[in-house]
Amino acid sequence: MQLIINGETYANLNADMNVLDLLSYLNLPTAKIAVERNREIVPKSGYATVVLQDGDILEIITFIGGG
Amino acid sequence: MSQTADKLIIAGREFSSRLIIGTGKYETYQQNADALTASGADIVTVAVRRVNLTNPDEPLLVDFIDPKKTVYLPNTAGCFTGEDAVRTLRLAREAGGWDLVKLEVLSDPKHLYPDMEETMRAAKLLIADGFEVMVYCSDDPVFARKLEDLGCAAIMPLGAPIGSGLGIQNQVNIRLIVEQTSVPVIVDAGVGTASDAAIAMELGCDGVLMNTAIAEAKDPILMAKAMKHAVKAGRQAYLAGRMPRKKYADPSSPLGGLI
Repeated sequence: MQLIINGETYANLNADMNVLDLLSYLNLPTAKIAVERNREIVPKSGYATVVLQDGDILEIITFIGGG
Repeated sequence: MSQTADKLIIAGREFSSRLIIGTGKYETYQQNADALTASGADIVTVAVRRVNLTNPDEPLLVDFIDPKKTVYLPNTAGCFTGEDAVRTLRLAREAGGWDLVKLEVLSDPKHLYPDMEETMRAAKLLIADGFEVMVYCSDDPVFARKLEDLGCAAIMPLGAPIGSGLGIQNQVNIRLIVEQTSVPVIVDAGVGTASDAAIAMELGCDGVLMNTAIAEAKDPILMAKAMKHAVKAGRQAYLAGRMPRKKYADPSSPLGGLI
């Protein structure tokens, strides 16, 4: 399946990935990040159960320096 | 008032320091962390951005400034509409679990003045969503009153344009805002050096928020220390109550008993 993550296209991903699978595929820690799927926040409690669909648009954010 | 009792209270939370510092523009996160220690600040502002997917191992702010020891105040820098601001801060709340936030809805990149119409709209949306909103605003007492009436947790007028370091440009407006506001008033933006921070505090502000004044000083750590003292000195001078201004000299030594 294909996902758009932070504006970049990721093709040929395994089907039936949940959010936790994706974060581990991307080598991202689950702490101090947040995930938005098709403009809806995925709560941390849902990472293992929310299964991603072909064409999903994801935003993954964290905190950086700012004023 | 005893000094120990003089705490800054925002949305029911108590802070010992009246200085809030930003985390942008530092050479490294380590330098930022050292400046934080030198400043004595309890709160830092942070931005919310996409994670770097091409380099997931790059240093993270949280590795240098522990969010368990220092309060992270997520901002909405870069948001130009109320909806963008709400979306950003909802994500911040999910990432960090904090509902104390800094709302800033900017307009023209040349002056970075807040768009007050959008700021008002975003503040309403955020407060309805359960956020405690510390709001960056123009130094206009009328808008400041409206934002307080909406339920904002702190009113944060600019002293001068963001990053300009020009100091408090309109002391009359800042004083008017301080006098009319019952939630904390924190000068946000425009401070260039220690005397600017002291002036803000002498006007009766409850705190000062700054980023560039420390980050772009030649020695940021030393400037952070200077700001700590300036905010304390300004606060104490305000509490002490300054002497009246007089038109003419008034000798300090008695004139009687002269030989």
